[in-house]
Amino acid sequence: MADSIFVAATCVATLGLLLAGIRFAKGPWAIDRTVALDAMTIIVTSLIVAFAVFSGRRIYIDVGMVYGLVGFVGVVAMARYLEGGL
Amino acid sequence: MRTLKAKMLGFLLLWCAWLLLTSPWNEQEAVAGAIVAALIVILPWFPTSHLGDLRINPKAIVYMVAYALVFLKALVLSNLDVAFRVLHPRLPIAPGIVRVRTTLRTPLGRLLLANSITLTPGTITVEMRGEDVFVHWIKVASADPQGATEAIVSDFEKYLEVICG
Amino acid sequence: MTEIVGAFVSLVGALFFLLSAIGLLRMPDAFNRMQAGTKATTLGSILFLVGVGIMRPEYLGRLLLLVAFIVLTNPVSSNALARAAHGYRERLGARLEPDALAESDAAEGPRGEDHGD
Repeated sequence: MADSIFVAATCVATLGLLLAGIRFAKGPWAIDRTVALDAMTIIVTSLIVAFAVFSGRRIYIDVGMVYGLVGFVGVVAMARYLEGGL
Repeated sequence: MRTLKAKMLGFLLLWCAWLLLTSPWNEQEAVAGAIVAALIVILPWFPTSHLGDLRINPKAIVYMVAYALVFLKALVLSNLDVAFRVLHPRLPIAPGIVRVRTTLRTPLGRLLLANSITLTPGTITVEMRGEDVFVHWIKVASADPQGATEAIVSDFEKYLEVICG
Repeated sequence: MTEIVGAFVSLVGALFFLLSAIGLLRMPDAFNRMQAGTKATTLGSILFLVGVGIMRPEYLGRLLLLVAFIVLTNPVSSNALARAAHGYRERLGARLEPDALAESDAAEGPRGEDHGD
């Protein structure tokens, strides 16, 4: 029961990732793509944690943590670049 | 005194992060974490000075807990609000950028205020210049600074003033 | 029992992810997309990760640290993006009424910042 609810949660999150990916592909400006990337980073972090639950290996939570921090630095760097300050 | 307080708070933060990372706890891990956190905080260039803005007294601690609750409530309300706007077939938005004024002086207080504004209903901090904060508002209810200040920042400022004015 | 509660909390969080993605698709300009993309993903990830923590209590410590990182970093990145977007507001076709920041810029004179391509 719990497992199937959690599988459903993962599927819904993946659907959200795909829809955000449509905005990432459509743009039309770099800012829109970066906003979509920001949302996608957080959804992917959560999906990596879900993968840690499915595989039963806790190391993937650390992977998710590092991915989230690196993604944050990437989005801030992108924003600084678009602002003309990099 | 202020630097000492900042260093102590930095130590506590780093140690808590270490303890959460190594979560089935044992004594050796805790002691090793305390030593590493102390060594990092003692480095003179480790940036802890803004943490010294935080006030530590019984009233401030009560207000910190109250602020956390107010913030969580605002976060949930903001999500229901965005959910309503996103799912509404006609997209009821009237976006604009308004200017609000803050009375907070310390960098830490302003950081917390800017982040709280971004996470609450329909508002994103765009720019801070001195005591002016420019906020993107998804449905502008009042364009003059007074009314906007009432609506956006007054709730948080009441608490942040006590925590780290 | 706790497993079912945790999985259900995760499902609610995942629904907020879906909502923020719909917001990203439907909103008309970058500022409004940011509104949907920041708030809903923050609450969504808090609920999703806390739900996993309820399901698997042995992961809870790390997950709380991850939630703290997300709550601290997510508004910072969207503040930076909003500031960058304001420099491009005309090309983005953003409808801003009023625009106090542009008025303040006009009153103080140009700051010598040229946003090239």
